[in-house]
Amino acid sequence: MRRFHLPILIVLLSTIGLGIFAYKVIALDMPVMPGASAETWQVEARVRYQPTGGAANVQLRIPDRLPNFAILDEGFVSRGYGLNTLRGQDDRIAQWTTRQPRGEQVLYYRATLYRDSDDRSDADYPGPVGAPEWTEPYRSAADALIEDVRSRSSDIQTFASVLVNDLAHAAPASNAAVFADDGSDRVQRSQTLIELLATARIPARMVTTLHLRDGRRDIRPETWIEVHNTRRWVPIHPLSGEIEYPDDVVVWAHGSAPLLEVSNGRDAEVRFAVSRGVQDALTTAQRFGETVNAQLMEFSTLNLPLGTQNTYRVLLMVPLGAMIIVFLRNVIGVQTFGTFMPVLIALSFRETQLLAGIILFTLIVSLGLAVRFYLEHLRLLLVPRLAAVVSVVIMLMLGISILSHQLGFERALALSLFPMVILAMTIERMSVVWEEHGPSDAITQGIGSLAVAAAAYGLMANRHLEHLLFVFPELLLVLLAMTLLLGRYTGYRLSELFRFGRMQEAMQPSRRSEDR
Amino acid sequence: MGWLPRFVLPRTLREQGIVGMNARNARFIAQYNHRRFYPRVDDKLETKRLALDAGLSVPELYGVVRSHHEIRKLERLLRAYPDGFVIKPAHGAAGDGILVITGWRGDRLRRASGRTMEMSELHDHCSNILSGMYSLGGRPDVAMVEQRVRFSSAFDQITYRGVPDIRTVVYRGYPVMAMMRLPTQDSDGKANLHQGAVGTGIDLASGRTIGGVQHNRPIWEHPDTEHSIVGLEIPGWNELMQLASGCYELSKLGYLGVDVVIDQDRGPLILELNARPGLAIQIANGEGLESRLLAVDAHLVGRDGTEPPEQRARWAAGVFARHEATQAAPADAASATPAAQDADSTEIERR
Repeated sequence: MRRFHLPILIVLLSTIGLGIFAYKVIALDMPVMPGASAETWQVEARVRYQPTGGAANVQLRIPDRLPNFAILDEGFVSRGYGLNTLRGQDDRIAQWTTRQPRGEQVLYYRATLYRDSDDRSDADYPGPVGAPEWTEPYRSAADALIEDVRSRSSDIQTFASVLVNDLAHAAPASNAAVFADDGSDRVQRSQTLIELLATARIPARMVTTLHLRDGRRDIRPETWIEVHNTRRWVPIHPLSGEIEYPDDVVVWAHGSAPLLEVSNGRDAEVRFAVSRGVQDALTTAQRFGETVNAQLMEFSTLNLPLGTQNTYRVLLMVPLGAMIIVFLRNVIGVQTFGTFMPVLIALSFRETQLLAGIILFTLIVSLGLAVRFYLEHLRLLLVPRLAAVVSVVIMLMLGISILSHQLGFERALALSLFPMVILAMTIERMSVVWEEHGPSDAITQGIGSLAVAAAAYGLMANRHLEHLLFVFPELLLVLLAMTLLLGRYTGYRLSELFRFGRMQEAMQPSRRSEDR
Repeated sequence: MGWLPRFVLPRTLREQGIVGMNARNARFIAQYNHRRFYPRVDDKLETKRLALDAGLSVPELYGVVRSHHEIRKLERLLRAYPDGFVIKPAHGAAGDGILVITGWRGDRLRRASGRTMEMSELHDHCSNILSGMYSLGGRPDVAMVEQRVRFSSAFDQITYRGVPDIRTVVYRGYPVMAMMRLPTQDSDGKANLHQGAVGTGIDLASGRTIGGVQHNRPIWEHPDTEHSIVGLEIPGWNELMQLASGCYELSKLGYLGVDVVIDQDRGPLILELNARPGLAIQIANGEGLESRLLAVDAHLVGRDGTEPPEQRARWAAGVFARHEATQAAPADAASATPAAQDADSTEIERR
């Protein structure tokens, strides 16, 4: 069991981390790339009417579950109205009520939609429908037309589209022409088609759609029909016979009932305006997560206050930096001051950018070292000496900032956020190494620390990784698993391959055979 | 050519049984060195106390300075030792902060390098030690005053300033490998291999030196004195092996480095113990540690670790003997006459 303890732990941690990650990506559509943007549409329905006295009741049909679009956000704007949303058969109904409206009334319903491929519409097969009562001559024409169409189609879907095409291109005096004399009015044609389909016992329904085009203030709703092929509702364009909605068509309401009903009002009309918005996909996904009410979203980093969020954006990168240190020290064999000093140095590079950071760091550390060696002459004790070094470091920083400001290098001003204590400790450590092990060691370790810090910074400053860790903090479990895995690495370090490589000529012939 | 880094495949090192840093930390130190015993070797005062209780030879302790106001009384104590003394921090690492005084010149002190210093400078050095300048993590420390080792003249011809010391790696109570570290001009009198000191392997059976390395390259003569460093016999070798074995009982550490100096009157003395001995010893001996460590493990199977130190030292000397290596001086190594020694250059100075 002891042998498998660690592997099991590693597999468990990775599985949990990657599992939550996959769920968020696949089910909640959280963006893996930073700054990925989702196309959203703002649809605004504007209702106007003139009250005719008495209490007014406005009913507007609004979408509930849409095929191929999701509602991110919606809002009702009105003054002095009570609002109710009722659930209809396939849609919802927004009901505004008021006691004494005066003058022209305007009400708004706004929805933010974004495309997704989920079909959330109700797809239950309603069963065959009863044939309508035709009067002659329509009855025989309908029967003949349906026979004819049936012979030229293979299933419900093709039947419907053949029928639509027959009516659209009806030769004069044909059976189809009897039904196609409505002057290609979409609503009437849809009604006729639904009745003809019902004669063939096929359920069909009328659908009101909006064609989304950016910046249009006045979009007319368009009618489509949907035919049920026993599995799902298949949309068919009533004039052209086109199957499936184009990408920019959104279903607004189902059935043939009017969109707007106003009691005690006249000149009622509803107008649609559409504007396209590009939203950060993260917000989109987050709001979508809220609307599908995922428990997971409650415990997300994205719900923290903004200031805290920014702190964690940085903090969540530290484990990554720490892992890099483990790798560089135990697998590559780079020598550094202390264990995690390079991570701290890397964090301070975030303020200054890399090149400026390295230059400033080198500058301050070398100046500080010089001061430290001068203080050596004064023979101070350790703690006062450290305090003196810190004071001198801060004065040096101030001097550099003022100087660079005069010279117009704004970069160096970011230095004020440099952790001074880290600098002072680095200087102290470096000087001790310098005295005890000579300048070559001190400089080697200094350069090693800087190189490791630069590598850690390169990873920690990567926007993509930052986004990943911030939006999917569960990936820290995977990082932890990788660190545990590295922790069991007992093989040679890369630097040792060189270190022991030079002694190969001094190697004695191996005597292992006698020792065993 | 010699300065170019040379790369070697990990497979080669594995075949040679070289122990790497990660393997040392994970397989030996983590397994056999319990943290609670570290103070026994990190605190030299404690090490000395334990060694005296166990009857192992250490340099004599003259006194301890524990607080700043005791520094003033220091002079009275030191006057009693006209032949000099050593002041060192109890928690210093790798010979940091060690001050070697060889005698008095009136009110001034003569240092091993020949320069003299004021008493006040010595006071400063002590207060630096007390405030933790040389200790790990800057913790307050104490200063020890102890006997100055007069190291054996056996090594006069292969030493350049400073003290040659002998590092033995003791694994689970058994000495497995040893090397002598010879300071050079290159290493500035320090016995640290990667600063350019010469490391020579030692045949555990005879206590004779095997050819050495400097900067990881094999050499057969001391670079400064041009004297051969092969086949030199270390005086009191059997005693040294027993001393090293005995350090296991006092430290309870299974992977231990024992640093010993040879005093011309008292023989081998334990200078300090190290809980994390490095791996340079493999380079000095031209052999990997792995097979020797495994041999000890195999030897201990079925034994409950009741062998006394003498027996352990004897076993190791027998099993890890390498007589052939102590005579095999290569043909191209010209045996040079030792250069005349400057009297001062043999002085002890471990700093």
